[in-house]
Amino acid sequence: MKALENLLDKIKPTFEEGGKLEKFYPVYDALETFAFVPDHTTSKGAHIRDAIDMKRTMFIVILAMVPALLFGIYNTGFQHYSALGIDAPFMDMVLFGLGKVLPLIIVSYGVGLGVEFIFCIIKGHSIQEGFLVSGMLIPLIMPMDVPLWMVAVATAFAVLIAKEVFGGTGMNILNVALTARAFLFFAYPTKMSGNKVWVNTESGSTVDGYTGETLLAQAIESGPNFADITNTAYASIGESFMASVIGFIPGSIGETSVIAILLGAAILLWTGIASWRIILMGVLGGAAMGLIFNILGPQFFPENLYLQVPWWHQLVMGGFMFGVVFMATDPVTAAQTAKGKLWYGFLIGFLAIMIRVVNPAYPEGIMMAILFMNVMAPTIDHYVVQGNINKRLKRLKTA
Amino acid sequence: MSTETAAAEKEVVKESVPKEPLFSAKNKRLLTDPLDDDNPITVQVLGICSALAITVQVQQAVVMSLSVLFVMLFGNMIIASLRNSIPSRIRIIVQLVVVAALVILVNEILKAFLPDISEKLSVFVGLIITNCIIMGRFEAFAMGNKVFPSALDGIGNAIGYAWILVAVAIVREVFGSGAISFPGVGQIKFIPASFFEMGYMNNNFMILPPMALITVGVIIWIQRSRNQKLIEEN
Repeated sequence: MKALENLLDKIKPTFEEGGKLEKFYPVYDALETFAFVPDHTTSKGAHIRDAIDMKRTMFIVILAMVPALLFGIYNTGFQHYSALGIDAPFMDMVLFGLGKVLPLIIVSYGVGLGVEFIFCIIKGHSIQEGFLVSGMLIPLIMPMDVPLWMVAVATAFAVLIAKEVFGGTGMNILNVALTARAFLFFAYPTKMSGNKVWVNTESGSTVDGYTGETLLAQAIESGPNFADITNTAYASIGESFMASVIGFIPGSIGETSVIAILLGAAILLWTGIASWRIILMGVLGGAAMGLIFNILGPQFFPENLYLQVPWWHQLVMGGFMFGVVFMATDPVTAAQTAKGKLWYGFLIGFLAIMIRVVNPAYPEGIMMAILFMNVMAPTIDHYVVQGNINKRLKRLKTA
Repeated sequence: MSTETAAAEKEVVKESVPKEPLFSAKNKRLLTDPLDDDNPITVQVLGICSALAITVQVQQAVVMSLSVLFVMLFGNMIIASLRNSIPSRIRIIVQLVVVAALVILVNEILKAFLPDISEKLSVFVGLIITNCIIMGRFEAFAMGNKVFPSALDGIGNAIGYAWILVAVAIVREVFGSGAISFPGVGQIKFIPASFFEMGYMNNNFMILPPMALITVGVIIWIQRSRNQKLIEEN
């Protein structure tokens, strides 16, 4: 550590004003503050004395994603080998998963940080670390076989159009990682949805009865009876509710295991980084919509079996939990007021299940729901603030 | 009351103006301003609906631009020549009649000679009637200027509209379909076949309207970073 500090101190003059690489100061600054607590203090304005700055916040979020990531790596290998009917040892599965997931992470970070660095050098402001989290989220919400160049295009698009255009970290309206996913979903639908993308079945023939569908796709076809369908990938686990809680099912890399996601949620909530209001109300909203469908579905639309999927099951399927825990709680794009967060979270859950069930073209609604509510968040805040002003005005008048 | 003041103002306006050369600096600016500084789409943000709807293919964009050029040029000239005899209370309806007549003409010509493209443009030719750029130019320019400057203004605005349309269409067709197809020229491939063999795929998002909006947004972004005049004070 000391050696690194000395090295950074030694090369500092080249980057400072008048130095040879003056233009690249933002890059140097980013590296220095990334590794060490900076020695300069705020010169004006509010002085907040807190050990946690943005870089440390981002690290905790990444830490919270590690369980989902590790599980995703293992599950990628597990799905591959069980689809082919091979009884592979644990390490083989992990290595296969690493081979699929690591390139995604590298491409996502490389392209995203590259775009960010270029922008900071052009604009001359310091590099912000918002992308550290987005860069980790992007691989976690991709199918594991998505071509790397597509990830690169989507990441560049998301960082440029969703973030830099609006003024960089902290100014974005839409969640950057979800923008990348939405871009890919609309741009290259054949690589982002369907039965072929979730599990790698190259180099061999699949076992009998294997389809590669996600639970969501099965729910569209056969409603609440989907647990009966033989899908060898998780038939051994038996009941599909437990299968989606534990996570040995096909799906995007990081979203399959509810347990791993809840571990992350515990870290986020314990450190106070994620808002408990959003997570709680998101789950409640999803449950409410699921319950409405359960009650009204059989009466009014008996032919749509998806409506009859039990509400507790809706909550653990697909990316719902991942979205609510890691995406909806993004402090930049969420509603800012306490009351607004309740509404924001509730509507995300509510809309996610609604989109998922009512529109079969979007088998997973959480992406659309969060992006939509990102756009609506300022409106929610406006009405919350205005309501508060009106309440106080009334009090003033009556007093 | 209002008519009286309007009549009084009209008499004031009737003072003799010194004759100016055909292509004076002022008239030239009528042609060049709408291309950049006062572009109808990127600066005035008018006519966005058609810019989003018919920019999937370059051929549609070109035909649409030509239609708008025709309507704008002749409409501006007709309104300018009638401007002193149009009662100000019913001027909007008169403008509508003029633009509607011209649009029907265009529509019939397209149906007769370019049935394929006419099919693709569908309602959007008819919707030229409601194109804000055209009514805007009638109201803002042709009602107060002579025929020749009005014609120049019409051409300038139509070209300002056209180049944005074609630029957006080129981006969308190259990345959305991989090749630009144009009647008479055939298909010009921009993405080499070897790319597709290596796994390149056409971007489906480019064909959807949201991407047109983003493309227009990026053009506005580039234009504003080049042209400092356009940046608002606040």
